[in-house]
Amino acid sequence: MRIAGRGLVDRGTTVGFRFDGREYTGFQGDTLASALLAGGNRLFGRSFKYHRPRGVMTAGSEEPNALVTVGQGARAVPNVRATTQEIFQGLMAQSQNRWPSLGFDAMEVNDLLAPFFSAGFYYKTFMWPRAFWEKLYEPLIRRAAGLGALSGRHNDEPYEKAFAFCDLLVIGAGPAGLMAALTAARAGAEVILADEDARMGGRLLAETEEVGGKPGHAWVAEVLDELGALPNVRLMVRTTVTGAYDGGTFGALERVGLHLANAPADLPRECFWRIVARRAILASGAHERQIAFPLNDRPGIMTAGAVRAYLNRWGVAAGRRVAVFGNNDDAHRTARDLVAAGVEVAALIDVRDDAPQPAGYRLIAGGQVTGTRGRLGLREITVTTPSGEEKIEVDCLAVSGGWNPALHLACHMNGRPAWDEGIAAFVPKPGMVPGLTACGAAAGVMTTAGALADGRRAAEAALSDLGREAAAVDLPQAENGGARIRAFWEVTGGKGRAWLDFANDVTTKDVRLAAQENFRSVEHMKRYTTQGMAPDQGKNSNIAALAVLADATGRAIPETGTTTFRPPYVPVSIAAMGAGGQGAGFAPQRFITSHRASVERGAPMIEAGLWYRPSYFPRPGEKTWREACDREVMAVRQAVGVCDVSTLGKIDIQGRDAARFLDFVYTNTFSSLPVGRVRYGLMLREDGMVLDDGTTARLGETHFLMTTTTAAAGLVMRHLEFVHQAHCPDWDVRMISVTEQWAQFAIAGPRARDLLNSMLLAPLDEGAFPFMGCGGIEIRGVSARLFRISFSGEAGYEIAVPARFGEGLFRDLVARAESMGGAAYGMEALNVLRIEKGFITHAEIHGRTTAFDIGLQGMVSKKKDCIGKAAGERPGLSGPEREQLVGLRPVQPAKGFGAGAHLFEKDAKPVSANDQGYVTSVCWSPTLKTHLGLAFLKNGRARHGEVVRLVDHLRGTDIPCEVVNPVFFDPEGGRARD
Amino acid sequence: MIRLIEKTPCEALLPVTCGALTLREIVGDRVTSVAPLKGQGAKLATALKKLGLGWPAPNTAIASATAAILWTGRDQAFLIGADPEGLDGLAALTDQSDGWARMRLEGPGAADVLARLVPLDLRGFAPGQAARSQLGHMMAILTAPEKGSFDIMVFRSMAETAVHEIHHAMKAVSARAAL
Repeated sequence: MRIAGRGLVDRGTTVGFRFDGREYTGFQGDTLASALLAGGNRLFGRSFKYHRPRGVMTAGSEEPNALVTVGQGARAVPNVRATTQEIFQGLMAQSQNRWPSLGFDAMEVNDLLAPFFSAGFYYKTFMWPRAFWEKLYEPLIRRAAGLGALSGRHNDEPYEKAFAFCDLLVIGAGPAGLMAALTAARAGAEVILADEDARMGGRLLAETEEVGGKPGHAWVAEVLDELGALPNVRLMVRTTVTGAYDGGTFGALERVGLHLANAPADLPRECFWRIVARRAILASGAHERQIAFPLNDRPGIMTAGAVRAYLNRWGVAAGRRVAVFGNNDDAHRTARDLVAAGVEVAALIDVRDDAPQPAGYRLIAGGQVTGTRGRLGLREITVTTPSGEEKIEVDCLAVSGGWNPALHLACHMNGRPAWDEGIAAFVPKPGMVPGLTACGAAAGVMTTAGALADGRRAAEAALSDLGREAAAVDLPQAENGGARIRAFWEVTGGKGRAWLDFANDVTTKDVRLAAQENFRSVEHMKRYTTQGMAPDQGKNSNIAALAVLADATGRAIPETGTTTFRPPYVPVSIAAMGAGGQGAGFAPQRFITSHRASVERGAPMIEAGLWYRPSYFPRPGEKTWREACDREVMAVRQAVGVCDVSTLGKIDIQGRDAARFLDFVYTNTFSSLPVGRVRYGLMLREDGMVLDDGTTARLGETHFLMTTTTAAAGLVMRHLEFVHQAHCPDWDVRMISVTEQWAQFAIAGPRARDLLNSMLLAPLDEGAFPFMGCGGIEIRGVSARLFRISFSGEAGYEIAVPARFGEGLFRDLVARAESMGGAAYGMEALNVLRIEKGFITHAEIHGRTTAFDIGLQGMVSKKKDCIGKAAGERPGLSGPEREQLVGLRPVQPAKGFGAGAHLFEKDAKPVSANDQGYVTSVCWSPTLKTHLGLAFLKNGRARHGEVVRLVDHLRGTDIPCEVVNPVFFDPEGGRARD
Repeated sequence: MIRLIEKTPCEALLPVTCGALTLREIVGDRVTSVAPLKGQGAKLATALKKLGLGWPAPNTAIASATAAILWTGRDQAFLIGADPEGLDGLAALTDQSDGWARMRLEGPGAADVLARLVPLDLRGFAPGQAARSQLGHMMAILTAPEKGSFDIMVFRSMAETAVHEIHHAMKAVSARAAL
């Protein structure tokens, strides 16, 4: 019900929206909650466990009940608090956790079964049979209990992440925060003022009191005008600071487009900020708490401060006939404001016998609310006093059990707050988060005058830390009366459950049961009852729950302690945290220069690290990848193939100690390598396992070019930097990656030289380029580097040109190769070619194999030391008990098998106790017309010729294979030397 | 014989414009990595002075009318727009001209665009400064041709991702500005 002449909404702008399909109107400035309350709607949702009808309880982000789904289809956002969602023209909201409708929910039967659903019910009931838990009970329970659901579809809306920096972050723009921001801003500090509300001002927008002789909201507007005009101030509305992290970093969630009708397509819906602040001030205010009395969860029962906020800020009376129930003077404000607005106040029930006698409404001093009625909304309350019981007809009950400082952020780095007897609440202790100071209500200063002064004080302290002089800022006059609270948590008389945690349906009975079953620690109670584990994270229930626990266990509250608060302060959508990561945004894509040419040829591009490499190049008529792959392999073996090998890491190493450095990082010797020659090298980790392999060319006396595998390029670079900086910093060595500078292509096959010569002005000087030779050449007007190396076993070259020429050279090479009966070849053929030759990749050097295991122990030079040599010589890292690299040929050549299969002795049972090794790489060899595999087999090198049993439990393979030399094809290597 | 065709890293990707923001490719400059060899630091600095530059301290860049040298890491700098004349024997030199996609982001709000992608406070970033940082998940080199504009270098192979991510941020910043 709207009250004429009240509130700060724009009554000139009507906004139409829908809730559960029904049309409503509100005003610009309304939240979904205020507009629905104005429309007479008290029922917002169903509770989590018992499906009890629930209404809005608060007016802020701590709301436990009024969670709705906003939007439709893939763009629907579940669990939006109706108290923070601004309405906009065309807004569509739905209630949650009900079927078939909010008014009639079939699952309400849960409420009748409530006696069975006490804390620990699931743990006790669904113990047996064990397998049923995951398959049957849990899915059923999950379906019945719950919140809103995601659509299960991909949401294409943009979200955003961003960074911000400031001298001072002020969290919350109520009286304390505004005063702090003003003080710091006038002193010239870079200030970010963040507030989660759509409109800054905090409680000053919700109260009728004056500040500096003018209405609170007018004072707020003046301060904001001044702040907004200053270049050193950034005002962030709709921005909830969600977490405090190391180094003065704060997470914050900004609602950017979620409150707009027809938000532009490119406008982010939310932004997740990381704000780095040299100092921070927590001025987050306080949350009013409920009192646990029987059946205190009906729609229409709200916090007293929220009733006031709806009245004063939004011009909405939460009921026609209202009662107030409280234990402090603040509750009386609500009654006074309602009376002043012409709303009927049936009574104020104050638990204090000595409550001040008011004018204008009835006081029931020393009374308690001991019962309520009204299925879908409050209709009646029962009030008990020492003199008897009275039933009062009301449709709204405003409850004030006191205020809890919103100190959550202060606890995010594991600090524990202190109990303040004066306000019966926990308050932050100094230093809980380095650089963060709480002030105002967040620090337990509960008057407006106090908050203003405390905000200024906090800012002055921060300015002093920042080395700035504070400018003079006058304190405006403001309300300075205390709330005179008497701690009161729970009504013990009356019948019916008394809720503590509305969001998770936890009652006082559950907490007492937990204590009775010896879950007496507050941490155990929390987990046993799930109190504080709902989306509101216990903001509305933690203190009351531990007060009940303290009572049940005969301890004081400070002695009982409190659970702590962790980030995030409010729920943060994964879409915001993971912004930019939708689809391919998950990781950068690295494209080779021949990418477009490969895609044009129909090549499926497969990921290799961040790189995309062609899998194979299909030709018309080829139905499977294997057909293309087999053809490409035979093209290399019989004519010539071209393959982009640019993704291999290339590291340029220079300096007078470069050769010595390579001797140190490689197992074999490079100082003896002549200029213009290439050598294969093996690199170990410090622990003796193989790190990587590759070739290194000597381009000059003090200049080398190392190649690494694609996967380990970054790893090797890091390793080299570490070795240089940690082990030999005084050596004259400089290194840098040149992977991106050069596009490099393998040209392999008997006609490789012919292909190359067709592109050169004069035929290649073969004396200058023997097998494992290298040097500069000019190809089609471009200076290139040529290496005569082979990963296929064929005569071959790798040619490198500056990357700008990569695409042109690739297209030219492939066209020429095809005219010679050759082809471009992809990763599949490359893999077959290297398996046929027994060349290893990271399938074999997977981090658990030594040089001995792969049969390259001879490459570990005895004449020098190298990284990993000593550790590699430890017992157990060589010898017959090691699994050693072998080749496998199936006894029947057509029988294929997969990598990951395990090896057993021919007649052994295929169980892990009998395991003899495993397969790392497999292929069909079109050259040898058989399937092949590389494998590690216990004492494998001594077992060539033996038949072993290959079993793949996953794929159901069980075949005999012959153990052979891993070099299946051309074991003498004559073809490459040619 | 016809010379091989050349392609720039951002060919067909740039320029892009979004409101008053533009992102365009910078092409053509020679880029050389310069890493002083042991004991040659002073001579190298002198040789660079002859090029109108000098040896840049960490996080700085030195520019002349036609060239620049920017710090890119421990004992490493990139010489851009000049031939490394007279540096042989004083520093390990490698050609990096083809290894990087170079882009310039200009227009009001350019710093806000990078605030979406780079975890540095770039509000005061000005000529004379150089930073190595990350751009999204990519490592990047940043300099300022003038205050409020940014030259961005990322690995050539990542040009498409970088353009996509910067463009995405440009659109978001423009959409906010238009509210």
